[in-house]
Amino acid sequence: MIARLVNFFGEKRHSRRRWKLFLKLLVLIVIADFLVPRPHVDYFWQAIPGWAAIFGFISCAAIIFISKFIGHSGGIMRDEDYYD
Amino acid sequence: MIEGLHPALLMLLGALLLSLLRGIWQKSASVLVPLMVLLRVAQMSPGSFGKIHFAGVDLVMFQADKLSLVFALVFAIMAVIGNIYAWHINDTGQRVSAFLYIGSAYGVVFAGDWFTLLVAWEVMAFASAYLIFASSSAAAVAAGFRYLMVHIVGGVLLFGGIVLHGMQTGSYLVGPLDYGQGGLAYNLILISFMLNAAVPPLSAWLTDAYPEATVTGAVFLSAFTTKTAVYVLIRNYPGAEVLIGFGVAMALYGVVFAVLENDCRRLLGYHIISQVGYMVAAVGIGSELALNGAASHAFAHILYKGLLFMGAGAVILMTGRRKLTELGGLYRTMPITVFLYMIGALAISAFPLFSGFVSKSMIISAAGGDGRATAMLLLTGASSGTFLHTGLKLPFYMFFGKDCGLRPPEPPLNMLLAMGIAALFCIGIGIFPQLLYALLPYPVDYHPYSGAHITESLGLLMFTLLAFVLFLKYLDPEKTISLDTDWVYRRGARVFMWIARHPVQIWEQMLITLGDGAGLRLMHRLSRISLRIDTQVVDTAVNGVALTAQRIGILLRNLQTGIVSHYAWAMIAGLIVLLGWPLLAAMGAP
Repeated sequence: MIARLVNFFGEKRHSRRRWKLFLKLLVLIVIADFLVPRPHVDYFWQAIPGWAAIFGFISCAAIIFISKFIGHSGGIMRDEDYYD
Repeated sequence: MIEGLHPALLMLLGALLLSLLRGIWQKSASVLVPLMVLLRVAQMSPGSFGKIHFAGVDLVMFQADKLSLVFALVFAIMAVIGNIYAWHINDTGQRVSAFLYIGSAYGVVFAGDWFTLLVAWEVMAFASAYLIFASSSAAAVAAGFRYLMVHIVGGVLLFGGIVLHGMQTGSYLVGPLDYGQGGLAYNLILISFMLNAAVPPLSAWLTDAYPEATVTGAVFLSAFTTKTAVYVLIRNYPGAEVLIGFGVAMALYGVVFAVLENDCRRLLGYHIISQVGYMVAAVGIGSELALNGAASHAFAHILYKGLLFMGAGAVILMTGRRKLTELGGLYRTMPITVFLYMIGALAISAFPLFSGFVSKSMIISAAGGDGRATAMLLLTGASSGTFLHTGLKLPFYMFFGKDCGLRPPEPPLNMLLAMGIAALFCIGIGIFPQLLYALLPYPVDYHPYSGAHITESLGLLMFTLLAFVLFLKYLDPEKTISLDTDWVYRRGARVFMWIARHPVQIWEQMLITLGDGAGLRLMHRLSRISLRIDTQVVDTAVNGVALTAQRIGILLRNLQTGIVSHYAWAMIAGLIVLLGWPLLAAMGAP
C-alpha cells in the first residue's frame, strides 16, 4: 500500500491525476477558508479569506528568487573545491 | 536511593558497560540502557538532590522541574530511537561516545549550578566531536577539529561568564539572569549559549560538521547540542528581547541557505538553524505561551528532525552519495524510506495532524499575542520555506526528480524500525497534542485545532507547493558549496599561516642573521674576556683560598698530639683564660 502511494507521486503516468487532485485541493482549501468562522482576529489581514494562501505563494516565490539572487550575485555560491 | 539516581549516571555506567561488551550483547545494552533511562525519567518528579558544599560554593548537581523533565523525556526517547537506528554498526567508539554525549546532555538539563553545567557542557562538546571524527575521511577530521575549536571557544566564554557572574552575585545557582542586562557576565554566557544554539553568525560550525558525521552519529548530533542550548536559554534568559531579532533572523537565514544547498544533510542542518530560530525567538518573547511553545517545539523538533536525518542517512548509507545533483529516482526501490521521511517532512512543515502543527503555532500565536506583528509574519513566511525545502526540494531531488540510475534496496530493518517509531511520535503528538501539553512547564490553555488555523495552514502550505511546482526549474540544486561564516576561520587560518610564514619568518631570519654576524663576533669576544677573568682572577682566588685552608688544616693536625696530658694542659690554659679574662677586666676597671 505504501509502495502504491509513493508510486502515485513518482510515476509519470499519474501526472494528470495528480494535477487534478492538487487543483481540486487548492480550490477546496480556499473555499473552506472563506467559510470558516473567525471568532478571534488579532490583525486585519487575518480577517481576509485566503490571505494565508496568497502569503504562502508569495513567500515561497520570494524565498526561491531572493535566495538564488543572493547566492549568485552575493558571491556565496562557490566551486566545490573552494576550500581545498 | 532511586530518587537521587541521576540519568546521566545511568548513561555513564552504560557507556562503561558498552566498552566491556561486544557483538549482540553490546547492541542489546545500547538499547536497553536508554530504555531504562526512559523509565527512570518517566517516573521522576520535580525536586533537587545531590546538593553539596564544595570549596565554599553551593553546588546542586541534580535538580528537576517540569522544564528539565520535558527535555529529559524527549532526550530519552531519542536515545532509544537513535540507538535502534545504530543497531547494525560495529563501532564501540561511536556507541560509547553517543552515550557520553547523551549523558552529558542530561548533566546540563539537570544541573542546578553553573559549575555542574559547565563540566557537562564541555563533556558534551568532546563526546559529540567523536561522532564526526568517526567518519574518518579527511574532510570529516578537518571539520571535527573546527567543530571542537569553536566549542572550546564557547566553553571558555561560558567559564569566564560564570566566574564573573559568581563574583557579582555570590551565587552559582542557575536561574534567570535578570540583573543588569548587558553586563559582561550576562553577555558572555548568552554568547556561549547562542553559539551552541547555532545563532548566526555563530552557526557555521553546525552546517560545517553535521554533514561530515557518520550516518548514525548525525542523528544524535541533530538532537542534543542545539536543544540543550534552547533549554539553558529558556532557563536563564526568558524574555531577553535581543533573542527575538536573532531568532527571526535565524529562521530566515536557514531558509535562504537551504535554497542554495546541494548536500542533503547540510540542507537539513540549515533547517535545524531555521527551526531553532523559532525557539530562540520564543525565549525572547518570554510569555508563558511562548516558553511553552519553545519547549514543545523543541520536543517535536527532536523527533521529526531525527526522522529526517535518519531518512537522509539511509539514502547515504545505501547509495554512498550525498549530493542532490547525484541523487534522484530512488522512490522505486526505497518506498518505505520515502514514506517515513515524508512523515517527518510533514511534521516539520506543520501540517495539521502532525507534531509541528501543534508546537510551532504556539510560538507564532505567542508572537501575535505579544503585539509583534513583524516577527509573526516573518516566522509564518519562514514556515513556507521549511515546507519548500525539507518537504519538497529535498525529497523531490533525492527520491523523485530525474533518475540517477541507482536502485538501492531499503536500509536495514533496524533503521526502518527507528524511523517508524519516530514517525509514530510525529503523528501521535499531532493527533493528541494534550499529551505533550501536559508535560510543559506552564499550564496550557491553547487549542491548535481551530477551523481558521487549519485552513490557513493548509492554504499557506499548499500554495507553497503550487509555487514550488511552477518555479521548480529555478530551484534545481547546483554543484556548489555556500560560503558561511566559517569562512572567517577557514580562510582566516590561511591569513594566520601567511603571517606565520612571511612576516614572522622574515623577522626570525633577520634575528638569526644578526646573531650569526655581528652578534656572534661580539659573543666570541665577550666569552674570551670572561674566560680570561675566569682563569686569571677567579681560579687564582679559589686556589689561594684552598691552599690557605690546607695549611691551616696541617697546622691544626699537628696540634692534635693524641697525648692526654697535652689536652689537659690546653683545657686548664683555656679555663684560666676564660675565668681570668673577666677577672683581669674587673681589676683593670677603675
